[in-house]
Amino acid sequence: MSTHNNEPNPNSSSRRSFLKQSTALTAIAFTPGAAVSAAQKGWDEQVALAFEQLPLRLKVNGIAQQVNVEARVTLLDLLRDQLHLTGTKKGCDYGQCGACTVHVNGERVNSCLTLAITTEGCQVTTIEGLAKGEELHPMQQAFLKHDGFQCGYCTPGQIMSAVACIKEGHADSPEEIRRVYECNICRCGAYPNIVNAILEVKAKGEKL
Amino acid sequence: MEKNPKNPPIDRVDGRMKVTGGAKYFAEFEMPKMAYCVIVGSTIARGSITGIQTKKAEASPGVLGVFTHLNRPPIPGWDSPVTGNANGPAPAPPSGGETYRILSGKEILFDGQPVAMVVADTFERATYAASLVKVSYAKQTSHTDVGKNLSKAITPKGPRFADYTRGDRKALESAPVQLESNYSIPIEVHNPMELHGILAHWTGPEEIMIYAKTQGVMATQQAMARAFKIDAKGIRVHTEFMGGGFGMGLRTWPQEVATVAIARKLGRPVKLLMTRSQMFTLVGHRPYTLQTIRMGADANGKLLGIVHEATAETASYEDFTEATVNMTRFMYESAYLETRYKIVPLDRSVPIWMRGPGEATGAFALESAMDEMAHQLKMDPIEFRLKNYTETDPERNRPFSAKNLKEGYERGAKAIGWNQRKSEPASIREGDWLVGYGMGTGTFNASRGQATVRAILKSDGSLTVQCAVTDIGPGTGTAMTLVAHQVLGVPLDRIKVEYGDTTLPPGPMQGGSTVTSTVGSAVMDTCTLIKKELAQLATGAGGPLQGQNPEDLVLEEGQLYAGNNPSKKVSLLELMQQSNMPVIDKTQLSKGGDEQQKYSMYSFSLHFVQVNVHALTGAVKVTKAISIADAGRIVSPKTAASQMIGGAVGGIGMALTEEALIDHRLGRFVNNNFGDYHVPVHADVPAIETILIDKPDPYINPMGAKGMGEIAIIGFAAAVANAVFNATGKRIRDLPITPDKLIGLV
Repeated sequence: MSTHNNEPNPNSSSRRSFLKQSTALTAIAFTPGAAVSAAQKGWDEQVALAFEQLPLRLKVNGIAQQVNVEARVTLLDLLRDQLHLTGTKKGCDYGQCGACTVHVNGERVNSCLTLAITTEGCQVTTIEGLAKGEELHPMQQAFLKHDGFQCGYCTPGQIMSAVACIKEGHADSPEEIRRVYECNICRCGAYPNIVNAILEVKAKGEKL
Repeated sequence: MEKNPKNPPIDRVDGRMKVTGGAKYFAEFEMPKMAYCVIVGSTIARGSITGIQTKKAEASPGVLGVFTHLNRPPIPGWDSPVTGNANGPAPAPPSGGETYRILSGKEILFDGQPVAMVVADTFERATYAASLVKVSYAKQTSHTDVGKNLSKAITPKGPRFADYTRGDRKALESAPVQLESNYSIPIEVHNPMELHGILAHWTGPEEIMIYAKTQGVMATQQAMARAFKIDAKGIRVHTEFMGGGFGMGLRTWPQEVATVAIARKLGRPVKLLMTRSQMFTLVGHRPYTLQTIRMGADANGKLLGIVHEATAETASYEDFTEATVNMTRFMYESAYLETRYKIVPLDRSVPIWMRGPGEATGAFALESAMDEMAHQLKMDPIEFRLKNYTETDPERNRPFSAKNLKEGYERGAKAIGWNQRKSEPASIREGDWLVGYGMGTGTFNASRGQATVRAILKSDGSLTVQCAVTDIGPGTGTAMTLVAHQVLGVPLDRIKVEYGDTTLPPGPMQGGSTVTSTVGSAVMDTCTLIKKELAQLATGAGGPLQGQNPEDLVLEEGQLYAGNNPSKKVSLLELMQQSNMPVIDKTQLSKGGDEQQKYSMYSFSLHFVQVNVHALTGAVKVTKAISIADAGRIVSPKTAASQMIGGAVGGIGMALTEEALIDHRLGRFVNNNFGDYHVPVHADVPAIETILIDKPDPYINPMGAKGMGEIAIIGFAAAVANAVFNATGKRIRDLPITPDKLIGLV
């Protein structure tokens, strides 16, 4: 269940010890005064930060991104905190609600269960990447028309899953949609409207 | 949903923002040098802290502070003696009990109680450092089970919760047909999709910018003003979008105030983001409640007496109350009526009103008992209700302002196919599935509070409408737009509504099904002022409709017409330009009068369901649902229908899946996540039909509109339980109706 919340990250912890030792060794080379001053200025921290960051290149909504992330950063937090793409939502962080659904190389994934570093070289599509300028994606249009939401918080994840649902060929009947698509929770209870939106997009047969 | 040609459904005005990811919720705002706060919760439910080790966490990279009861920054309004205050550090509750203040002492009063708040420069670093805080406890026996602590039950203070009796008890005791049933509902958790938290930054010594997840920006502003003893004017709270609330945002929680205190101490913006598991312990829940109903009737189905008793959990440190038994006092005619309501203080975090609060709990018992009695009487459940129908409020002896339930029974029965229902349970079988039908009634108080709305009409044809109300999802912004459109005829796409910020004119909390009545009326009043001004301009000296009576003018589609001569007209824009008025800007405070004293005002609902119960496994599926709202005039038909559907989905959860389970040996939840606490998912929900009766309430407000947020769920769980009985002959009185309670029917 709770993964990274309570469990210390052993890799990170050992790297920290290593860094502490190496900093101590370095300190010997300095005069004591310089070592104290270095510690006071938080250089230790900055060294640690640099070592803990890993370079990552990926494409998000068609735009190449080059970032540095800690190995423990999830794709969800990378998108929201570093790339400022807050359309992708955090609803549980445990892969249980679907609010964070994005497409990685065309497949739907829970971005909260995907470490950012594993998306090296991948194409990521988020809700912000669906519309073409001012023109909404057909699924966005259908959600609007059928009122497939209330508070709107689960909506980006619902829409990303809904698009995938059709692409995966699982949107032939209301029953199939309800069965296949139950990994996206909507607490406001817009499910019937969401099913209607998906059915309409499917029936129109547009390329998604 | 049937369509009213005069009020066609429109798309949600904020819909585009929501489907594109453009809507920004509290955690999505950024500030320079923003720090992240993570809560460490207690792992015991009762006892005290004997030691707390924070050094490792403090030394962890990026950590800016670790705050515990030993070093929590001051909260001046809380640290000094406090008066009764729902949002703050409760003083000792009126019933006796103890005080709880966040990070203020060694005492642990509930599981998950914050024992440390860890702040770092990134979310990951704060989360990791939080894992390094080690706490040791002296553990005491915790008491978390209502059933085992009934001896501690007390009647809360206040007339609303006092024992109530009406009529002669002998009527009940001598009734020829009697029943007594016990019901229970488990702890349910609001669990809106958006995680709770707050983002706060002190922009001056007495100035704070706050992005909150609150159902009332002004309430949060006031709570912070009290906590920090500063002028509310210096505090700005912003919640334009809120990812659901269902009641959990009706107060300012202690961890929010602590975060603001920490932000002041650190001198930089701090964002608290809670985990899903913490949503089970730190932002309230629907309380576990035991209920008993005794009912007596004569052989013809006339009710002779009802006794409704409820006993619910509360925290040891605060009295939480809700109107669980109150609906029973006025819903049906009955010669004798008695209600009792008690609360049991436990080692638990305090509950908070959850959608359809006490009434949803109470309606499960009352409407189940009505079905049980109808069965005993061999009467149709609708007929039994009609037999005891009342057009006036028997509790207060005055008329209802409007009640159209009779029409509702008729339309609902037709829509669900009630005539296919067999009065003998377990009569319909389709393959492995037993089929049954059931219904339940709901009601919730309707009222009108006060709100101030500003409306600005410009000669470019645009209209801006402002109020500090919050829209947690039902479509308040859409309703405000429609009301303004209906008064002034400004095209929908030229109307902009602004809400969810304390810099706007004062508005109410979103809660208790009052916002459409309150804010809608205020929008109507302010826009009517503008309309009057336009009429004066048009009919005054030199005006294009000079000489006409301003009262007789009609405003439609941006044109002012002379009522008696439609060919005489002028467009609003021409009129404003001709009159050299680039802007008409009006602000008006709006509130109800004494109508609340003359009439009993309620919204009503009916829920009809068809269920399939698997004969072998006991699995229940709601296969058809009709939800009917009798909530006055419908302002926004599309969002209103969605609100009813959403309530029905919540009702499916209440009836079939939702149950937060405590291991009473530890006083801790065992299923505090979405994988184990089952909210309804797509597979649980059929197509749901809504019927909006859409008849104005002539008294509540000038629009005739009442709220429907609560009635959407009230009575639904009973409808399901009644349908399950009809399908199987087995009466389930303990929610949720999980397969283990029905297994082995064959």
